[in-house]
Amino acid sequence: MTDFLLQPWPWWFSGPLIGLTVPLLYLLAGKGFGISTSLQQIGALCSPRSKLDYLKNYDRRQGTWTLVFAFGIVIGGFIGSHWLSAESIEFLPAEFFSVWGAAKLFIGGTLIGFGARYAGGCTSGHAITGIANWNFPSVVATIFFFVGGLGVTWGLGHILF
Amino acid sequence: MATLLDNKNTDHLAPAPTAETETNTTARSTISAVDSSLVYATTLMVGTFLGILFTKSEVVRWQRVHDMFLFQDSHLYLIIGSGVAVAMLGMAIIRKCKASDIYGKPIQYKPKPFHKGVALGGMTFGAGWAITGACPGPIYAQLGSGVGLAGFTCAGALAGMYLYAWAKPHLPH
Repeated sequence: MTDFLLQPWPWWFSGPLIGLTVPLLYLLAGKGFGISTSLQQIGALCSPRSKLDYLKNYDRRQGTWTLVFAFGIVIGGFIGSHWLSAESIEFLPAEFFSVWGAAKLFIGGTLIGFGARYAGGCTSGHAITGIANWNFPSVVATIFFFVGGLGVTWGLGHILF
Repeated sequence: MATLLDNKNTDHLAPAPTAETETNTTARSTISAVDSSLVYATTLMVGTFLGILFTKSEVVRWQRVHDMFLFQDSHLYLIIGSGVAVAMLGMAIIRKCKASDIYGKPIQYKPKPFHKGVALGGMTFGAGWAITGACPGPIYAQLGSGVGLAGFTCAGALAGMYLYAWAKPHLPH
């Protein structure tokens, strides 16, 4: 049992449990599962005097939970990698440990932040919660997540990776 | 015997609780602007649970995401697929039972609207996902795991959010 837990978890174990967090978060906290709103929350918190509607009209008090949720994921990441793993996890391949690697992560991160907020959600809010609630725009969003991802991997892969 | 007594007791008190609950709900609605500390505690718990899952399922590994986009590894497809299936089932049960959360508030999914950004932003997001091998959840899990380089991904994500905040009025929606 401990052996099983200390190894990487198979999809049939981790996938359903990830799905379970959607009803769980509704039942225990009354919140819809989504992670990228926390970015907007950070923006609104760090720029309280911003003149941009996107940050000015955002209710920082109502959104506090998104940061608490994100902080929970940070703690969970620590527990998962430090206390629940027999071997260290290779998060990023060695070639990312370079100036070009860091630049790629920053540029990619910018696409993530911009895209997730423009689309109104990321993998959690659209692909998991949205589709699980039969929300049609979320199906479209998920298809385009893969259009973008496959396009970059197959179209620019030889330059980027 | 005990249940009989309980029934009698509640029958007896029946008129009183209605008055009580009424004052309770009005009190709650006036302070509903900010969540209770119990909400934050349970949110933190579910977040921690999810962070462990992201890490242990290897959703946080660049190689897994890359192999998913190369169609060389079904792992992530199966995780997303089974996750959606379980979430869908859970939401169906919640709807069927008209379940409320533990605070007594009815559970209601707030639909995300359709606009051009769903496709354009979605595509942008997917590109970033493929390059960094992470989406917002895994970025936080990587940070918690002590992956220093994830700081660049996170800083980028915040820059992207600011970029959207600035560009929003000029973008098609």
